[in-house]
Amino acid sequence: MNVIYMLLALSIIVAIIFFAAFISAVKKGQYDDTYTPSVRILFEDELVKQASKTHKITTVKKSPKNSEN
Amino acid sequence: MKSLNCYHCGDVCETVSLVFNEKNFCCNGCKTVYEIFSSNNLTYYYELQSGAGSTPSMPSHSYDFLDNQEILSKLLIFNEGNYQIVELRIPNIHCSSCIWILENLGQLHSAITKSEVNFPKKKVRISYRKTDFSLKNLVELLAKIGYEPNLRLEDYDQKQDKKNRSLIYQLGIAGFAFGNVMFLSFPEYFEVQEFWLDQYKGTFRWLMFAFSLPVLFYAARDYFVSAYKGLRLKLLTIDVPIALGIFTLFIRSTVDIVFDLGSGFFDSLTGLVFFLLLGRFFQQQTYNFLSFERDYKSYFPMAVTKILSDGSEESIAVYRIQKGDRLWIRNMELIPVDGLLLEGRAQLDYSFVSGESDAVIKEKGDLLFAGGKQIGGAFEMKALKSVSQSYLTQLWSNIAFSKNKISEFQTLTDSISKRFTLIVLSIAVIASIFWMWYDPSKVLNVFTAVLIIACPCAIALAAPFTLGNMLRIFGHHKFYVKDTNTIERMAQIDAAIFDKTGTLTSTQNNTICYEGIPLTPDETAILKQTLRASNHPLSHQLYHILKSNDILTLDEFYEEIGYGIEGKWESHSIKIGSANYIGKAINNSFKDTSVHICADSEYKGCFVFKNEYRKGVSQVFKKLSDIVTLTVLSGDNSGEQTTLEKLLPRGTKLHFNQKPEQKLNFIKTLQNKGKKVVMIGDGLNDAGALAQSDIGIVISENINVFSPACDGILDADQFLRIPDYFRMAKEAMQIIKWSFFVSLCYNVIGLYFAITGQLAPVIAAVLMPISSITIVVFTTFATTILGKKLKRKT
Repeated sequence: MNVIYMLLALSIIVAIIFFAAFISAVKKGQYDDTYTPSVRILFEDELVKQASKTHKITTVKKSPKNSEN
Repeated sequence: MKSLNCYHCGDVCETVSLVFNEKNFCCNGCKTVYEIFSSNNLTYYYELQSGAGSTPSMPSHSYDFLDNQEILSKLLIFNEGNYQIVELRIPNIHCSSCIWILENLGQLHSAITKSEVNFPKKKVRISYRKTDFSLKNLVELLAKIGYEPNLRLEDYDQKQDKKNRSLIYQLGIAGFAFGNVMFLSFPEYFEVQEFWLDQYKGTFRWLMFAFSLPVLFYAARDYFVSAYKGLRLKLLTIDVPIALGIFTLFIRSTVDIVFDLGSGFFDSLTGLVFFLLLGRFFQQQTYNFLSFERDYKSYFPMAVTKILSDGSEESIAVYRIQKGDRLWIRNMELIPVDGLLLEGRAQLDYSFVSGESDAVIKEKGDLLFAGGKQIGGAFEMKALKSVSQSYLTQLWSNIAFSKNKISEFQTLTDSISKRFTLIVLSIAVIASIFWMWYDPSKVLNVFTAVLIIACPCAIALAAPFTLGNMLRIFGHHKFYVKDTNTIERMAQIDAAIFDKTGTLTSTQNNTICYEGIPLTPDETAILKQTLRASNHPLSHQLYHILKSNDILTLDEFYEEIGYGIEGKWESHSIKIGSANYIGKAINNSFKDTSVHICADSEYKGCFVFKNEYRKGVSQVFKKLSDIVTLTVLSGDNSGEQTTLEKLLPRGTKLHFNQKPEQKLNFIKTLQNKGKKVVMIGDGLNDAGALAQSDIGIVISENINVFSPACDGILDADQFLRIPDYFRMAKEAMQIIKWSFFVSLCYNVIGLYFAITGQLAPVIAAVLMPISSITIVVFTTFATTILGKKLKRKT
């Protein structure tokens, strides 16, 4: 029945891995700004659509704008 | 007539409407932004949210100082090789369109490589290449599209603020340990006599012991520290019985498992700490985009133009100003230091600093005080003091700014905990004495059990959950309170002091009335055209109220900045300006801002600008007068006395010509009489009073712009609700009292088990969470009902 020691050890190790993941997520600042990413994730598609639709104009128009500045 | 809304900013196009690409715009600024966006394929901005934009303001000052290397190095967070990274605070960020456009800045200029918005903080972090681009270009670009960043003195020496995340770590550890200990102690709850369970009992128990160690030494650390601090000051705060309970729990449990007396109370211990920390977490509500600690630094500019000895100009940081420096102050710029006017004419708006609504005119040789904003023209001045020694900034060295309002205040929880601790200790002692001669073996058991079960977890949770919830409810109604302690103090207020200018009056609406000989339609038309050409703020306001549809082209226009304007059309001429400019002697002392009109060299009359009182001022005062004594302290002259007396309920005291220090001292005297004072103000001139008062509340038309240090920021739209907020704070305290009663009931049940010596770990493990959860549910429910009531009122 020593297998229970192994099971205990394994379960605690798994728990600790998740706990460490939580701590590192907090440390990296994942919970600092909880709003902007939720909006940002919806943008990506729109931008691609926009860019592909008007791709030609974008490339033409961009260069004179730069020299202006 | 259908009103047209501007395609860019969504405002109603009033007088003129510009049409471009079949879209209406209210002004040239909005049109320009649209042109920039549409030519760069960024029109999705308008699809995301209609009328999302904001009108780019006239550049209030030049950004030349951003070329100064010293200032630049303070602002950039990364500057190496070809790359620079800067983090800018942009108060205008308000919707998803803003996020979208700012994160696509690269479309507007190829040098910008990456931009990332932090919406709650209203900040954007931008990386760009240095070649043919600079911070100055970037800021100008942002200003051009209506997202002018805030560059004030406070941003100058910004330290990267380190976040204190320890509460989240503590909460994580306590939760982690709580879950695991619960799991491990589960078999023993049923006390099954099973061979294998008995076999591994020791392992399970010591594992629980191991899990509880980080909880005791790390997660619960703050409770021990604050209990110790409280005891040293001879205060029995709520943390004392909590720390005692946690400590007893741990010792008793350890002894239990060492001598194999039982499974210990590790589940209760970890659960208790977890719930307590949860309460603390809930109490924390931070408004990232607001700051409650601001001083003059967030109002002052970062740099100023200095005139060197050879006559050339240079931008220098405001902190670098030395005595004797010659400074050049342009239109709409702020005087950063006290000084002497050398050349030119200053027309200074001190309304934010002193509360006076009229501009002050200074001539050559006059003394200038820091904080005034120049309107029209430019002048040269000599610095007489450095920034920190100036008259205005010295206010911040007053002792009122260094006191801590929280530590001086005894909360309801603390005052109850004193009695509570003494009662619990005496019950424990009496019970022990009883068992001493009845069954001495059970004495320690009973003594510790009483301390464990009476640990006031539920009491400690009542205030954080009630007040934390109130904080959020207030926030929804645009009243941003600094912390939960403020709400508790609000419930005790018995005197309220209001500032006049900007608080009772609105800074956005002026009532303009005309006094004198009526103007003919022709004259009105010329007047309107003349005003249109002028940049003076009063001209703009006047222009908008005049009704005339004739479009005339003026033959001649002349503006003497700071004095007045003159226009000629065919045979008519018109002069508009101050009484002096018109050539009219001032016979009666005008207390209000007025613009005089003279047509064809004949005096016609004047337009008087009056600050409009906010809607419902008398209503608010009437409601408040039932619960508090009211005073109005104004930095302005007594011109409005009769109006105010009519408007406000009888018994309201009015004081005029109050300097910032006088306001502060006025509050101090009230406090010495034992009054709890709330100060409601708006400007820097109230800063001292706001700091001295028990609660300082700032009313702001736009919560994103500057507000002095305070305990709460109220959106001006919500002015009518002021009495409701105070009433709700009182009701919240009532809820807390009820929760105390409920948790005491649980304590009585628990004490029954403890005194009779039958407190099994499983009873503690059930009773403690149940009492905590009851309190959480009760307070949340009760405060939500309060919030609903407030909502229904509108």
